[in-house]
Amino acid sequence: MTERRFYGVPPAGIGDEDLPGRLIVIEGTDGVGRSTMISLIKEWLETSGYAVVDSGLTRSPLVGPGIERAKRGHVLDPITLNLFYATDFWDRFERIILPALRAGMVALVDRYIFSLIARGNVRGASREWLEHVYSFALIPDATIYLDIDVENLLRRVTERGFDYWESGGDYIQGVSVYDSFVQHQRAMLEQFQAMIDPYDFQVVDARHSAEQMFADVRIHVERALAGMPA
Amino acid sequence: MTQLPAQDAEQLPGRLIVVEGIDGSGKSTQLDLLHKWLRSEGYATVFTEWNSSPIVRGTTRRGKRRKLLTPMSFCLIHAADYASRMYAQIRPALQAGVIVLADRYVYTAFARDAARGVDRRWLRDLYSFSVPPSLAVYFNVPLEESIARITLGRAELKYYEAGLDMGFADEPRASFRIFQGRILEEYDALCSEFGIKQIDATLPLTEQQVQFRELVREQLHGAPRAPRNEVADLLQKTGLSGHYLTDSALRR
Repeated sequence: MTERRFYGVPPAGIGDEDLPGRLIVIEGTDGVGRSTMISLIKEWLETSGYAVVDSGLTRSPLVGPGIERAKRGHVLDPITLNLFYATDFWDRFERIILPALRAGMVALVDRYIFSLIARGNVRGASREWLEHVYSFALIPDATIYLDIDVENLLRRVTERGFDYWESGGDYIQGVSVYDSFVQHQRAMLEQFQAMIDPYDFQVVDARHSAEQMFADVRIHVERALAGMPA
Repeated sequence: MTQLPAQDAEQLPGRLIVVEGIDGSGKSTQLDLLHKWLRSEGYATVFTEWNSSPIVRGTTRRGKRRKLLTPMSFCLIHAADYASRMYAQIRPALQAGVIVLADRYVYTAFARDAARGVDRRWLRDLYSFSVPPSLAVYFNVPLEESIARITLGRAELKYYEAGLDMGFADEPRASFRIFQGRILEEYDALCSEFGIKQIDATLPLTEQQVQFRELVREQLHGAPRAPRNEVADLLQKTGLSGHYLTDSALRR
């Protein structure tokens, strides 16, 4: 039996080569504690002797400056914005994640296509189209989803204040920042919920303590690393 | 909320005329001649060309200059440019009843990206937001002729234009020949898949233009004319030359 490695047809430039590394994705909405978990996993894996590369949805050298410019002062339709994100995602995938997997490293990725699909869909790009576009992505060895509800999320983020994009400020108008945040995050969480089964998310309850969360996350990471030499 | 890309059979009152062909086929010259003719006939026109979105173009240029682009990122960034023009320029113009003239359209992406190994089916899904043209014309030129036209009077071929990113050959001209050959094959297949009309680009320019106008004329029934140019009328009445006016004021 051959293992399915991509959601759709393999993208141009990647053959049938062996990828001995492991791809571990941490997904979840803004402020749910992804970066804390990533820092802890990274340290733990490195201490255990694994070579780890971590990559977030920070900007790629190719598209980074362009996206920031485009987001400032332009009316961007959701299709163009998503194609910008898709280019950015692919550039980082090819530049950082793929070489790490080729070299037998653990690629620890903060957010993946799921956040991009969710963002695009809440802004009016169709789910079907987004899933077609992002079908070029490599299927992760584990997608760990940090699950939370809006009420608990609010308690976590109020301390640092509300961000324009995290509140959907670009597409929700005429309501307070608080209402906009709640509306946007509720929509995003619905998106993630709908992806749990089709994309095989490993769900970790993010209402729990950091200690409990890390213990849960470790179980999923260990399973994904099974059979891999440290 | 409407989910884009909308697949409903919307009626856009404008017309969309597209020219396609490999570099050196003379398609831009033919479109330019057509453009002038349509204007003189009183039609409102908008011109759009490949890779020209003010929002995306800079990124593409950067990627090309620094050779950051691979087949997939080349494909995606061009799709972003196309989408930006589709929603900011082409669709609104068609909704306003204008004749949109496009120098290269989705078929350029289909041909070039497939020649770089991108999956054809996936490309069609990627570009499903594209408005089908009223008329697409392919200016067909044999490979040897196109190479002669492109390399004549040009010291150097561009990196991506010659397909040097693909590693077909080290020598730019050899690589260009292989890459353009592949693109030609893609265009051949696209013409039958999408019913693209063909014009022999080795014919005299005037003969090509005659054939082109014939094809376009069939699309013009009921196409709205541009409102009268009041500024031009004013100049005529007052005897002013209007040399401080911008081009866009005179075209209005």
